[in-house]
Amino acid sequence: MAKSTVAVIDYGMGNLHSVASALQHVGDNVNVIVTGDAEKIIAADRVIFPGVGAIRDCMAEILRLGVDQVVAEVAATKPMLAICVGMQALMNSSEENNGVNCLGLFPGEVKFFGDPLIGPDNEKLKVPHMGWNQLHQTIDHPLWSGIEQDSRFYFVHSYYVHTTDPALVAATTDYGVNIHAALYRDNVFAAQCHPEKSSTAGLQLLDNFLRWDGQS
Amino acid sequence: MALAKRIIPCLDVENGRVVKGVNFVDIRDAGDPVEIAKRYNEQGADEITFLDITATHEGRDTTVHTVEKIAAEVFIPLTVGGGIRTVDDIRTMLNAGADKVAINSAAIHNPDFVKEAAERFGSQCIVVAIDAKQVSTEGEPLRWEIFTHGGRKPTGINAVEWAVKMVANGAGEILLTSMDGDGTKKGYDLPLNKAISDAVSVPVIASGGVGELQHLVDGVKQGGVDAVLAASIFHFGEHTVPEAKQFMAQQGIEVRL
Repeated sequence: MAKSTVAVIDYGMGNLHSVASALQHVGDNVNVIVTGDAEKIIAADRVIFPGVGAIRDCMAEILRLGVDQVVAEVAATKPMLAICVGMQALMNSSEENNGVNCLGLFPGEVKFFGDPLIGPDNEKLKVPHMGWNQLHQTIDHPLWSGIEQDSRFYFVHSYYVHTTDPALVAATTDYGVNIHAALYRDNVFAAQCHPEKSSTAGLQLLDNFLRWDGQS
Repeated sequence: MALAKRIIPCLDVENGRVVKGVNFVDIRDAGDPVEIAKRYNEQGADEITFLDITATHEGRDTTVHTVEKIAAEVFIPLTVGGGIRTVDDIRTMLNAGADKVAINSAAIHNPDFVKEAAERFGSQCIVVAIDAKQVSTEGEPLRWEIFTHGGRKPTGINAVEWAVKMVANGAGEILLTSMDGDGTKKGYDLPLNKAISDAVSVPVIASGGVGELQHLVDGVKQGGVDAVLAASIFHFGEHTVPEAKQFMAQQGIEVRL
């Protein structure tokens, strides 16, 4: 059987080594490529849209390199997993950097946690939200296969996603606010946490993605 | 349901080998950082910190290869510290697979380095490591100063003020080592950890002095920290990471089990 190809979109923002090596680790028959080449991305069987750092810089590079067009085409045609700032970039806009327009594939915005951020016991919570928190699955989805309800995943972010369409939420996480920690629509799935850094549960999610046919 | 407090085993590495020794029962090579990192990962460590104490340039190339090997097999966050002095050093470690870098003395020589690093790579991967010692005498209000050169050289910088300044410059996390506590097994410097945790908005990792599991609990409950780092209690097989987590959970601390 021919190897399937997964492309990790490289637009110059941050370290893609982790996600590529995690995919390689779980995928027996998978060719992982890290590339910014539109043709290669569009030719791949499935695509990871990562992101790290500040949204303004990410969006500037996405637009400069034409990654917005690539993402739009991928989102219309094949399984795509957006991670962290990659997920945030799919929203309408972000409050970060005094407001940045994003790609608008999902309705809603990316909000600041607030300073101070106050927890349920009236305690002050640290920002960034950094560490292992529980992902509460709100739907059945092939990407949750084999992952226990409320499993812990690794998060690191100072802004969080809030969609205006509750029907698109695949998981939530509590951290002072209710974070829409995973969104889905058709063949697109997006997660705020880092599956590539989330040990067994995260590797399971990536493995599920590599087997996913894009149907929910 | 809340964010778990993190437990972070720390490896001190010199020329590609873990120093201070590590005793796992059925491990073939107790000095190999890759094997040790894998073992901690299997035990459920929440993160691994890798402190490079290599002095030579050649040795540092070895470190990069070691980080690459760990990152290819261990899928939890990896922080690399020691000898991070330039933007190129940071890029090299991130490209090798580190998720965060810890900046220590380079920040003291040039506080703007932290600002530059955070702007370039994002605060999420910039940890500022602070080595502090108590300098107030009995009867005085508590005061801590930053020390360099393994705690030998005072800088005159107030540790709490320094932490606040580093966060303002873009540090995403503080790794706080009490030089008074380090190696003593008497527990973390709780007032120091509390003072800095209260003063900054970002997570604080307590380090230096752990001798028993209760110290981890004290760090969280009394020191107010978000993560606890320890080396020797895990290395010498006195306690495993799951034991530490169970112990903390029994005392009402949220951990990832």
